[in-house]
Formats: sequence, structure tokens, C-alpha cells
Amino acid sequence: MSTESTAILDDYKYGFYTDIESDAVPKGLNEDIIRIISEKKGEPEWMLEWRLKAYRWWLKKTAPSWAHLNYPPIDYQDICYYSAPRKKSDQPDEIDAELEATFEKLGVPLHERNRLAGVAVDAVFDSVSVATTHREMLQEKGIIFCSISEAIRDYPDLVRKYLGTVVPYTDNFFASLNSAVFTDGSFCYIPKGVRCPVELSTYFRINALDTGQFERTLIVAEESSYVSYLEGCTAPARDRHQLHAAVVELIALDNAEIKYATVQNWYAGDKDGKGGIYNFVTKRGHCRGKRSKISWTQVEAGAAITWKYPSVFLEGDGSTGEFYSVAVTTNRMQADTGTKMVHIGNNTKSTIVSKGISAGHSVNSYRGLVQVMPDAHQCRNYSNCDSMLIGPDCSANTFPYIESENSSAVIEHEATTSRVSEDQIFYLRSRGLSEEDAISMVVNGFAREVFKQLPLEFSVEAVRLLEMKLEGSIG
Amino acid sequence: MSEAQAYFEIRNLHAETEDTPILKGLDLTISKGETHALMGPNGSGKSTLANVIMGHPAYEVTEGEILFKGENLLEMEPEERAQAGVFLAFQYPVSVPGVSVAKFLKSAHDATHGESKLKPAEFLKELRENIKYLDIDDAFINRFLNDGFSGGEKKRMEILQMLTLKPQFAVMDETDSGLDIDALQVVAKGVNKLTGPNFGLLVITHYERILRYIHPDHLHVLIDGKIVHTGGPELVKKLEENGYDWVREQFGQEVLVG
Repeated sequence: MSTESTAILDDYKYGFYTDIESDAVPKGLNEDIIRIISEKKGEPEWMLEWRLKAYRWWLKKTAPSWAHLNYPPIDYQDICYYSAPRKKSDQPDEIDAELEATFEKLGVPLHERNRLAGVAVDAVFDSVSVATTHREMLQEKGIIFCSISEAIRDYPDLVRKYLGTVVPYTDNFFASLNSAVFTDGSFCYIPKGVRCPVELSTYFRINALDTGQFERTLIVAEESSYVSYLEGCTAPARDRHQLHAAVVELIALDNAEIKYATVQNWYAGDKDGKGGIYNFVTKRGHCRGKRSKISWTQVEAGAAITWKYPSVFLEGDGSTGEFYSVAVTTNRMQADTGTKMVHIGNNTKSTIVSKGISAGHSVNSYRGLVQVMPDAHQCRNYSNCDSMLIGPDCSANTFPYIESENSSAVIEHEATTSRVSEDQIFYLRSRGLSEEDAISMVVNGFAREVFKQLPLEFSVEAVRLLEMKLEGSIG
Repeated sequence: MSEAQAYFEIRNLHAETEDTPILKGLDLTISKGETHALMGPNGSGKSTLANVIMGHPAYEVTEGEILFKGENLLEMEPEERAQAGVFLAFQYPVSVPGVSVAKFLKSAHDATHGESKLKPAEFLKELRENIKYLDIDDAFINRFLNDGFSGGEKKRMEILQMLTLKPQFAVMDETDSGLDIDALQVVAKGVNKLTGPNFGLLVITHYERILRYIHPDHLHVLIDGKIVHTGGPELVKKLEENGYDWVREQFGQEVLVG
């Protein structure tokens, strides 16, 4: 086994690096690089054309600066846009031992004998998907779950029908960049009337140095279908920043339901803010069908910079959008995250529950938009945005925007900011709990509403992750 | 009596908060099996004493010792004091939203009982017995800790915690304040379940009312950070009838608002 720990940081247990031969393109971004990526993936011409259009659009744009984030300009020519582990075996279905060991170490077993029972996993290592489990069982039900690269080759009509219809390549700077250079990600298609019997999950791992990860995920839930999807991410601890710019598109048709959960634990940099992932993500769902439902749950615990607003466009009458978020920032981390709920159909409902926890010298901002279109009657929104501060040097901001153009809308917004008080911690310590356990109890109580949205085993994992992140953050 | 054998002993305790001295040479000895009451006007240092015994970080001890079974509590963290069997029933219990009473009590029980902790089923059985004993509604254990509790509910919660943790020495900081007579009787009932030959109790109070239900062996009067008078139950009556004025006259203390 050739995985070894980097000694940069010992409290980030996923900070190890896998020493594996990789097949990478030279650093920098131009049309030739995009052609190489497309060719390596064996893509059809239309896909390449789409990438190039996105690239040309991106060239004309500048990075958005409205977020409450502070970071030096990113040199897009100093990033490698494609890195894939070199395959040793000729057998297409065989996973290389080093990769299997890496994912095993990350708690994501890929091999038949010990893979997770209730979860089908697509494992993405740098720019490519290395394995997808439980495929046969899913195929029997007509569910397609594979890497987006495979989907482009094997199901071009489906991909072409939906790709970029939720997040067009003109959407924003980072979405344009992603559309030009996306390398892998997952594709899920749930046919009409099918309830996906297992959790579908993608695990993203950035391994190579100076490599950006640009994943693209597309989930389509046909009429009256249901799917629950989970996403996890980690990266080695390095002292240089790395870019992650993902796009996720969800489409729910009549009476369909998609639950999308993220446990994000990218390397966040050291205590002085050296290194860490820049996480610029565009996630959006379209409730296209009547009474359809899309629910985002996120636990954002890593990354040096987080810029992310999982949103729902409520087009179908009676559709429902939900956003449950816990964002934890420590040390020098910065997060600007929230959601957009756009009410287009009648009787659409949305719920926003955001819990921001800041410690150290971090900055944690909630930014959210609730929009009700003029023709959308009888819409409802409930928003609750709470912030918790740990220690004197961190800050929390809330930027809620409400744009209601229909007078029948009922919009409720609640927000609180609290500080973990000395009295609260003392009270729990006087009952025998250590200081860390006391903080963890207060924080987990605070985030409870969001954690209970996660599938049980992931909720346990999320609680543990929070405890790890906040260790030593008081006093 | 040899010094090392005192169950709970405070020697020449001086403590301050934000550079203001509050306790100014307090001595107090409580033997195993005894209940002591401490009375005194507002501002005399009663709550400071309670917090210092438990180790609240806002108070600094500048001199003196607090010994429990021969060990100096001042050298221990608050959680270590709890693990050693010391308990404080708070005057103003804080709330912890999102944490259920049951989860909290189980964590506190596990933290203070180490190897001898109960299995979940046994724990739950005992918890149900205790809430029944204290006349508390079953739904109570699923509510969030002190979150939205009335004053009386918070005080019952403190007593429930005390019964759950089974401390060997407890301080009650004005647990009786603001309680109606029914709630007061419930509190007393809870306390009396714990008192016995292997327990020591210090009841800090403003009123003699609670002392009708919890019968102290000794009573102390605290004025301006010092115990100025100590006596038996007969002193309770005297204080109730004559107020603190005679104490002040006798000991020459400044008059403080009672």
C-alpha cells in the first residue's frame, strides 16, 4: 500500500496523499487543453462544441466579487485541468489496489465483499470516476447510476436533453469554467415510478497537486420517482490552495422527489490560513413537475473558501423546495453560503433552515434569496437563519433578500445570533462533561434540526465531523 | 477531630470577581451526613460561594482551600469536581436548545459514573422512577434542556439532575426562590431522598421557608463575605422573627439590603 500521510496537519485525518502514477495534461487553460480533455474522455463532437462555447463565454467574464469573501486572485493558468490515475490493469472493471486502499482508508469500500450495504457509491479520484458499486442491482430497476463521462458516451440523448438546462454555461463565472473543463461527476436517472432502494452516493477525492477538480453531476427524477443522493469530499493537506468548481443539476418531474445531501470536508488550510480548497460551487434544482420536491441538506465543514448556494426553482404547481444547512468555519476559513428559492408555480412552498457556526478567526455568512414571481399565487416560505459564535474573534453575517411580487405570498423569516456562553459551558461541565464535550453538546443541539435530515449513518458522521472541527476552539 | 477527616471543609476562603473581593476569609466545615443552611442578605456572597465551590471560571480564589474528602477542589476542573461527587443546584440554570433532557442526563450520568454507569435500559428505568417521584410529566424528558421551562420546572430539573447523578455532596443555591408551596415540597422531597449518612448538603437560601421541609443540623449567617454566626435550628426561628439586624448589631457589619 503506497498511501502515506503528509505531516502538514494532524487534525485532518483525510490529509494523506496517494502516491500513484497519473496521466495529466500540462498546466494552463486554452482551447487545446479542452480538446485534449474531451478526446481523452472519448466524447462526441456536440460535447466538445458545448465546452468550447462555455470557454469562450468564460473568457469574457470576471469572477464575481459580491460575496463576503477575501482571497487573492486565482491564476487560472497555474492549474492543471486534468489528472487521472494511470490504470495498471487492462481489465476495465478492475480497480487498482492503491485506489481501492485509498477509498478504503476514506471509509468508502469499493470492493464487492465489504462495500456499504445500503449505499451505491461512485468514487471520483481527481478528474475521473474509478468505480461505481451496486450497478447490476440498480440496472434491474432501470436506474442509471454511472459517471457523467460514461453517461455522455452511453446515454447521449438523455444527457443532451438535460445537461445545462438547469445551470446553463452562461450562468456564472464558475459555472462557465466548469462547463468548459468538467472532468467527471455522477449521472443518475430514475425512471418513472421507481423508488431508488439504496442511497446513491458520490465520493470526491482530490489527490494530485495543483489540480483543480471540476465535477459535474446531473440527476433526473422522472414522474413519481424518488432518490436520495449523498456526496462526500476530502483532499490531502497541502500548503497551496486548490480549486474546486462544481456544478450540480437536479431535475424533478411530476410528483418526483430528490433528496441531495452533502458532507463537505475538503482540506481547510492550517490555522494561519495556509493552503486549503477554494470551493466555488453552483448547485441548483428545478422542480419542473407538479407536486415535485427537491431537498438540499448540506454540512459544510471544510474548505478555505466556500461559495455555494444550492437553490430550487419551483416551477411546477404545488412543488416544494427545502434547504437545510450547517456551515462550520474555524481558524481562517471563510464561508458565504445560502440558497435561492424561486417561486414560479402556484402553491409552491419552500423551507430554509441555516445554522452557521463560527470559531477562531473565521467569517461565516448566510446569503439567501426568496423570490416570488408575479403569477405565482399562494406561495409560502419559512426561513430560519441562526448563527452561533464561539470565541471573540470570529464573525457571522446574515444577508437575506426577499423579492415578493405577488401579494398572496406568506413569507416568514427568523434569525438569531448567539454566543456559546461561559455560563452554558460551565453548567454542562458542572455535570461532569469535559469542556470539549460541553461545546460539542451545545453545538450539536444548535444544528440538530439539520442533522436529523441526514440518513442516520451520515448524521452520526456529521456529528463526529463537527466535534473534530471544533476541538480546541474555545478558551 | 483530625483535620484530614473532615468531609467537606472550607478554610479561610477569599475570592473575587472582576477585581472586587466578595469572599473575605470564609470558614465552614460540614461532616458526613449533615445538612447545613447558609443564610444571608443579597450581596453577602452566597452565590459566589456556590460558584466557587463548583469552579466557575469567572471567580478567582485568591486565598484559602476547599477540601472534599481530603482533596483540594480548587485544584480540580469543574467536571472533575462533579466526577468526585460534588453537585451544584443552580439558582439560574441555563438552557441548551436542541439537547433533550434524556440525552443530557444520560451523558451527565455516564460522565460522572465511569465504570459503574448504568446500561441504557436500567438508566431509563431509574429516570422514569425519579420523574414519577418528583411528580414530573413523562413528556418532560423529551423537551430540550431548560429551553422554555418555567422557573418552577427549571428548579425541578435541577433536583432531577441531582437524583440522577447521586452526588455525595451538594450545594443548593437558592433553589427555593420563586417557588410556590407545591413546588417547594417537591424540591424538599427530592432532597430528602438523598440525605442520609453518606451525604453532605449545603442549602443556601434567602428565606427560612424551605428549612421547614429540609431540616438543617447547623445554620450559618453570611454577611459581607464572612460567616458571622453559626447555630442550630433554633437560630432559624430567631432570624425569621428578628431579621438580620441583631446580627449586624452584634458583629458591627454594614447594613445590606435583605
